[in-house]
Amino acid sequence: MYPKQEVVAMLLAGGQGSRLGVLTQKIAKPAVPYGGKYRIIDFPLSNCINSGIEAVGVLTQYQPLVLNEYIGNGQPWDLDSMNGGVQVLSPYEQSGGANWYSGTANAIYQNMNYIERYDPKYVVILSGDHIYKMDYSKMIAFHKENNADCTIAVIDVPLAEASRFGILNTNPDNSIYEFDEKPKVPKSTKASMGIYVFSWDRLRKYLTEDAENPNSSNDFGKDILPKMLEDGQRMFAYEFSGYWKDVGTIDSLWESNMDLLDPNVTLDLSDESWKIYSRNPVVAPHYVSQTAVVQNSLIADGCIIHGNIDFSVLFSNVTVAPGAVVNDSILMPGVVVEEGAVIQYAIVSENAVIKKGAVVGARPEDIENKDDWGVAVVGDNRVIGEGAVVAPKEMVFEDKEGVN
Amino acid sequence: MRGNNVIGLIFTNLHAELISELTEKRTMGSVPFGGRYRLIDFPLSNMVNSGISKVGVITKNNYQSLMDHVGSGKAWNLSRRRDGLFFLPPFKNGEEDYRNRISILNSIKNFLSNSREEYVLIADCDTVCNIDYQDVLGSHIENGADVTVVYKRGQIPENQDEPMVFSLDSTGRVKDVLIDPIIEGSCSYYLNMILMKRELLISLVSECVSKNKNNFKRDIIQGKFNELKIYGYEFEGFLAVMDSMSSYFNANMQLMNLDVRNNLFNAARPIYTKVRDDMPTKYGLGSNVKNALIGNGCVIEGEVENCVLFKGVHVGKGAKVSNCVIMQDTVIGAGSNLSYVIADKDVVIKDNRSLMGFLTYPVYISKASVV
Repeated sequence: MYPKQEVVAMLLAGGQGSRLGVLTQKIAKPAVPYGGKYRIIDFPLSNCINSGIEAVGVLTQYQPLVLNEYIGNGQPWDLDSMNGGVQVLSPYEQSGGANWYSGTANAIYQNMNYIERYDPKYVVILSGDHIYKMDYSKMIAFHKENNADCTIAVIDVPLAEASRFGILNTNPDNSIYEFDEKPKVPKSTKASMGIYVFSWDRLRKYLTEDAENPNSSNDFGKDILPKMLEDGQRMFAYEFSGYWKDVGTIDSLWESNMDLLDPNVTLDLSDESWKIYSRNPVVAPHYVSQTAVVQNSLIADGCIIHGNIDFSVLFSNVTVAPGAVVNDSILMPGVVVEEGAVIQYAIVSENAVIKKGAVVGARPEDIENKDDWGVAVVGDNRVIGEGAVVAPKEMVFEDKEGVN
Repeated sequence: MRGNNVIGLIFTNLHAELISELTEKRTMGSVPFGGRYRLIDFPLSNMVNSGISKVGVITKNNYQSLMDHVGSGKAWNLSRRRDGLFFLPPFKNGEEDYRNRISILNSIKNFLSNSREEYVLIADCDTVCNIDYQDVLGSHIENGADVTVVYKRGQIPENQDEPMVFSLDSTGRVKDVLIDPIIEGSCSYYLNMILMKRELLISLVSECVSKNKNNFKRDIIQGKFNELKIYGYEFEGFLAVMDSMSSYFNANMQLMNLDVRNNLFNAARPIYTKVRDDMPTKYGLGSNVKNALIGNGCVIEGEVENCVLFKGVHVGKGAKVSNCVIMQDTVIGAGSNLSYVIADKDVVIKDNRSLMGFLTYPVYISKASVV
């Protein structure tokens, strides 16, 4: 007998995040490092526990090793609870055969057993793609107030950008009358955040029907939600305001990290009342030497800095040698930057080594044709040889030999 | 492989009177150190890294902060079904003299006799170092020793209470023991770390109690070195002993020496501590930091030079902080000027204040004061 839980959260963490290229070659997107010490999944997991949700299923499929290891028993997020806690749910073999998760809805469908054992009234569907702090309990309260079957969180986006999002068109009472996926001419600026609250008995019915439909792509956005709307279920838009950013592309991941350095951005990770928890490495405090110059940056424990750092985010155990320059860049855990190397507008992944005098990325001001400019990316454990050059926008999958 | 047949015992209150400012409201073991640690992290991590999976933490009073820090022992991997961490506060209220090691050991006789490990290793919290006790045990067995004492070659730390010095023969056996001698220059001084069989410790303690002898150093080590085979184990790594406010200050400053850092915080034997989920430290526009050791969660908008800043410290715009040890969550207001200051936790230095100490006499500001 499992303790009853009013709310169960299901976190979709199986996606590859192919637009992040080399960064998600060996890890799933929710495991991508963010903000000097976090991984993306720390945000939804911390939001869950801070919202009072004690049972969280994490659906994994693509490259799950790092993610599984990271989640572990859920202890960093207080999700090692006797009342539920976190459970990693991977695809498994059943008596009728084994199936990969064919879509977001199918992933939930295949794990209905997990949900049922808590006998919940509501199920929250989350994804591991966004950086935001949100109190899901307020959204659930809104769902209850409206006696809704499904509530979708929306955020106001600028009209000019609305055509990049799934837009919800609503009545004055916030009930939804239309979904408009990436509309050419948007009628509203309410973009879906991919966060759904369902009344479980209703969702169970739709998941079961969807699974029996051979023509369905088993996706929430494409199948379940349109079908519910068509059937006249009570669907509402819950308006969220605050920082929310998709980190699914190199540019947006870079920008979102840089947002932490901008005093005008509202995302505050030092807020005691809504902490973002993570696994902490066991390392000494960071050291800044006599020769270092550090400004406008985030520096994590274990770093040793002798060089110049400006507008950058350094994860744990990064070492920057004397005379090296790091500007407008993100250096993930264990990166080594040797003497005289210059890193600008770049993301350098875990344990990569940038040898003496190597140059990674460039400032947009220094590039004539702006189409050639972009954030440079160095894959994990890659070595950029002495004096080698990584062009802006380049993505380094293989070691680069030095130039002698 | 886990477990090596050794129980660890840590004394958390001894020597506290030597840095009484810092231990007024806490044990020696819970004195903050090195930007994110408490002193007990070092003996505790050393034991765990040496394969010890059962540790008794002996404490007397002021132990709230210690219990809060150590908790179930999870951060040291000591929250176990089998063995793990045992908190040993006073049992017979006030009957033991808690500066007296023999009386304390006698009071935990049940803990010792109910254990099944063959050996006991004892350490205190005033010594910061990274030592492999597995190696101490190896040399103990190889020497066929009854007792192994850990020593360091060098000048005796200045203010230690009854420092003990050994003369050793070429095999490392202790041939003479001097307590509080007048010695110029280098000698082999005791680090209050000792290893012996559990049964031997129990019988030595019982014998002392029955004869009303109550000085561990004089009655056990000095009194028995002819009778027992006592061997020395030389510790060669970095070591700092907290026996005065200035030695505490200097030990913090030494962590900025990269050789010291690599020795004390080596990746093979990490120093564990309780974590707090702070965000990384934020350097603002106009921050200017030279030669500093800085924990997570700080916000730095001013100038910092030759300092150790613990987690969550704020340095305001235009503030100048040099040669200081600033403990967690202390806030230094804009335009303030601090030099040779040890500020305890949660201190608030308002804007435009000026505080100056001196190398040999750092100014101490007690916990949660407002300046």
